[in-house]
Amino acid sequence: MLAYIVRRLLYAIPILIGVNLITFALFFVVNSPDDMARMQLGVKRVTPEAIEKWKVERGYDLPLFWNGAAAGLGKATQTIFYGKSVRMFAFDFGRADDGRDIGREIVTRMGPSLAVAVPVFVLGLFATVSFALLLVYFRASYLDTAGVVLCVAMMSISGLFYIIGGQWLVSKVWHLVPISGYAEGLTSARFLILPVIIGVVGGIGSSTRWYRTIFLEEIGKDYVRTARAKGLSERLVLFRHVLKNAMIPILTGVVVVIPTLFMGSLLIESFFGIPGLGSYTIDAINAQDFAVVRSMVFIGSLLYIVGLLLTDISYTLVDPRIRFQ
Amino acid sequence: MMPVILWSDALFFLLIAVTLGGAGWARRHEHLRASWAMVWASRRARAAAAVLAVFFAIGFVDSLHYRPQLPVEAGKPPAYSVEVLSALDALLTPLRTHTEKTYSAPLATHSFAKETQEAGGRDFPPLKYPGTHLFGTDKVGQDVLYLTLKSIRTGLLIGTLTTLIMLPAAVLLGIVAGYVGGWVDDVIQYLYTTLNSIPGVLLIAAAVLMMQVVIDTHPDWFATAAERADARLLALCAILGITSWTGLCRLLRGETLKLREMEYVQAARAFGVGPLAIMLRHILPNLMHIVLIALVMDFSGLVLAEAVLSYVGIGVDPNTISFGTMINAARLELAREPMVWWSLAAAFVFMFALVLAANLFADAVRDAFDPRAA
Repeated sequence: MLAYIVRRLLYAIPILIGVNLITFALFFVVNSPDDMARMQLGVKRVTPEAIEKWKVERGYDLPLFWNGAAAGLGKATQTIFYGKSVRMFAFDFGRADDGRDIGREIVTRMGPSLAVAVPVFVLGLFATVSFALLLVYFRASYLDTAGVVLCVAMMSISGLFYIIGGQWLVSKVWHLVPISGYAEGLTSARFLILPVIIGVVGGIGSSTRWYRTIFLEEIGKDYVRTARAKGLSERLVLFRHVLKNAMIPILTGVVVVIPTLFMGSLLIESFFGIPGLGSYTIDAINAQDFAVVRSMVFIGSLLYIVGLLLTDISYTLVDPRIRFQ
Repeated sequence: MMPVILWSDALFFLLIAVTLGGAGWARRHEHLRASWAMVWASRRARAAAAVLAVFFAIGFVDSLHYRPQLPVEAGKPPAYSVEVLSALDALLTPLRTHTEKTYSAPLATHSFAKETQEAGGRDFPPLKYPGTHLFGTDKVGQDVLYLTLKSIRTGLLIGTLTTLIMLPAAVLLGIVAGYVGGWVDDVIQYLYTTLNSIPGVLLIAAAVLMMQVVIDTHPDWFATAAERADARLLALCAILGITSWTGLCRLLRGETLKLREMEYVQAARAFGVGPLAIMLRHILPNLMHIVLIALVMDFSGLVLAEAVLSYVGIGVDPNTISFGTMINAARLELAREPMVWWSLAAAFVFMFALVLAANLFADAVRDAFDPRAA
């Protein structure tokens, strides 16, 4: 068990290095820092001095990989690659264009992101699994067909529609909750209730269909026939046998997202003015703040890799067969 | 006029040619004909196919681009406008040119906003073309129906070209990884696991930001604004493709691993058929149903993704008409008093029709071609 986890952990390291190299290539090799400076300062009427100043402020004036002018270890460390990419492994992300420390910003913005993402995740999982079980319980009936059609229709609607329409109906017409905003502590519930509902409703269509397929696949297996032959009621078969055995495919899709909940949702946060990491990313994209986008790519990948690790570990807990492989 | 073939036009024509060629191929093969007959037997799939056909016809007409000739001056060679129009623009000339000053409700006769009248007082001025705007006009007075029809091509291109651009790489790497195995398999698996680890939206955001820098620093690459917007559209397709090919590649690798041990492949090997020939003749044809299913299943998600990405500001060029840019321009209109609902409604309804038809058709195709599906 321990050896298995250690092996998985070691496997994650080259992947993280690969992600880091890809990001570095994307941000510094595809375009030179000069190009980026010219883009940010406006393409026309930009003086070489202004470009130089922009680069020095951000530490982009160093050589990419090898600084021949520096002494000793500095040859490797006084470079863009070391300063911008290697330092990320120590969670040192440098400063954003507005001068704030990116690392601290990320820590303070995680709270609001989680305040939306965790309820959406938990309620969404509960709602979709129950809905899928309901459809499977009434399988091959009109209710099942209607449910599937509803799912297809719901997943054909743009997520933007749920947000724009929900804000309009609930906040503007019914005046039930504020349109957008965020507060600390318990008062935040007023602001969070609508984004959470919209997040759950937006995900119902595709997830329910997915769970329904998994349950239907399980229900055709031999152990279900045995359980029925023993005279168990359909409800007992579904909840005790099918649901338990469907855990393995469900875990594959679910556990991997848990760490990425920290990242928040780009759309919901920006529409509802929630100061989380999602809106941080959107603001950075609009302001073309390369340092912030680069840091978010690294954090996002790190969390995803953690999610893969957790998935592997949860497999060993749920399915003992995997431990002995 | 001077015909213009943009890169995306060429790829779109290629796609249609391949579809027609594939249809001819399927007609001559019994097992493919049977599967398509199964798709066709479903009434839902037939209805969805009809809707999709209309959308693709509009997209096709909108892909025949040209530059209109400017009025000829005596003794000079004919000159052409820098504006690139399509056959659809020509067909819809009245809609395209009949612009109002600002918003007007569907089929309205008077403008949406009051103006100071010459006779004194403020009132709603009559429209220049009253009662002709079926879906009203937007903020700058453009006809909303025209904008929605133009959005269709962008949506179709994103939905199809994204999968097609990365298809060769996904198929090649998937088959090679599965068939050759060993360190080649390890390298390819490492490659797609790494790419897959970067959250899609963030990779797209980073890549689009960098692509903007490239396009902005090389204005001399593009003769017209249409070409620049087209380059950006294709680059977006490629970037979306890079983030989505990993799933297909993994599926193909797994299936190849299974096929490699089949008796007919072993028989071919025993007859001395080379690995390249086995991969091409015996494995590739038996993977095509997976490719087809992936192609139709990804389509609807990509159309929806385009709207979201354009809203976030990392989608198509802001001058390209698409569902995303329409929604982005109209996102504050519901907050107006009285509210302006028609631009948003038109964009969402058309997008819903396209995505719903694609979803229903994709389900029918998957049911017919996937041997595992019930």
